[in-house]
Amino acid sequence: MSQGQVGAEQRLVTPGMAVGPSAGKRAGSGIIAAEDSFVATQLGWLRERNNTVSVDPINAAYMPRSGDLVVGIVAEVRNNLWFMNINGSFQGLLPMSLAPWKVEFGAARQHMDVGDVVLARVQEVDECHNVVLTMKGVGLRRLNQGAVESIPVQHIDRVRGENNSLLQRMRDACDCRMMVGENGRVWIDGSPEGISWARSALQRLVSEGHTKAFETILSEMEEKSKGDA
Amino acid sequence: MMGGYGDVQLLNDDGSRLDGRKVDEMRPVSIEAGVLPAADGSAMVTHGLNVAVAAVYGPMEAHPRKIQRQDRAVIDVRYNMAPFSTSDRIRPGFNRRSREISKVTAEALESVVLVELYPRSKIRVEIEILAAEAGTRCAGITAAAVALADAGIPMRDMIVGVASGKIEDTVVLDLDKAEDNYGQADLPVGILPNTGEIAFLQMDGDLSPAEYELAMEYNFKAAREIHDIMVDALQRRYEGGEA
Repeated sequence: MSQGQVGAEQRLVTPGMAVGPSAGKRAGSGIIAAEDSFVATQLGWLRERNNTVSVDPINAAYMPRSGDLVVGIVAEVRNNLWFMNINGSFQGLLPMSLAPWKVEFGAARQHMDVGDVVLARVQEVDECHNVVLTMKGVGLRRLNQGAVESIPVQHIDRVRGENNSLLQRMRDACDCRMMVGENGRVWIDGSPEGISWARSALQRLVSEGHTKAFETILSEMEEKSKGDA
Repeated sequence: MMGGYGDVQLLNDDGSRLDGRKVDEMRPVSIEAGVLPAADGSAMVTHGLNVAVAAVYGPMEAHPRKIQRQDRAVIDVRYNMAPFSTSDRIRPGFNRRSREISKVTAEALESVVLVELYPRSKIRVEIEILAAEAGTRCAGITAAAVALADAGIPMRDMIVGVASGKIEDTVVLDLDKAEDNYGQADLPVGILPNTGEIAFLQMDGDLSPAEYELAMEYNFKAAREIHDIMVDALQRRYEGGEA
């Protein structure tokens, strides 16, 4: 996804719209080739990079991919596994063998119950959208404190910025720990004021993000904070 | 014959219709995208006096499991007319007509949505008719198409619902209530304007081959006009700076 895109400079395409000839170019996501031209299949901003034409969707569902870091919420507990709501079409499955603890059969609920929030990684996704999660890995854990804010998945790259630059700037500005899950959930932990600041920044991204770069939103909020101080 | 009241005059002496439209003139259409904040995508279509609101949810896991398809998503459409949408109160809930329209709408949408991208999933489309004045299934399909696009569901094209018919042996575009009730034929179709394909077609009454050709010509012309309004609605929502 493009960084800091500004609506006025981009071309908005709708499903079925012809977006140009296909000669010498490759069709990326959100594009199909029809005879000798490309046709958009999703509502979004047209992008051409490395000879590949694609659509940055304005709205999109989270499609899990192997290796994704996600913020999950326990939705269901069985004797030997947990079902996690990972903000996707399907629940993710976390078997006790991939939990970070030694779990006895039937004792899964003692470690995590419905409503608990975890940081997990997608271990495997098969062609039928069965998702297996793992909590074995550095930093993967149950999140006992802090707040979770949801943002549209297509804005995740924009929150992070180049080499996580914007995310780090946000962390510094609000003095909070922040983790961005690929599934559109952001975990924020720090002082109540810091969490509130970060939430406002993310909410502004959701409401104004399609017309304004996230960097601009952050600058405006930083200016406002200085003014208030 | 549809209504069977052949003595009802539906055309004025100058050839215009009772509401003053020409035979190939559509009722005014306006579309607004993103009207329901709780839905993943939504749209409201005002077509003449018809008001249709569509909301799209998903893709989500298909339940009950017996409806799941291992290689594609299923589209679950629920078309409903509000009890206050007509002058006579409609009994709330599903009836034979709403089941039929839900089914044909789902089949029309399945032919344009790239369902193979979401195996075992369900895309829920809710169409609510708030005000009815003939042509609600077409307004519903148009609203559903804009709502699906608004929800980011991949599609080959945006389907447009439009209808023509025959009154007093004259083919006319976009029947209003009196023309629908007392006319001779009604031809609602779902058109993909960019490819020129037809995703659904129903016909009530009789049309000769020549009349059918003329009715389809009117339908395609109207579909292109409505499609422009659909694209404009989506552009206004996202390029106009509205959230």
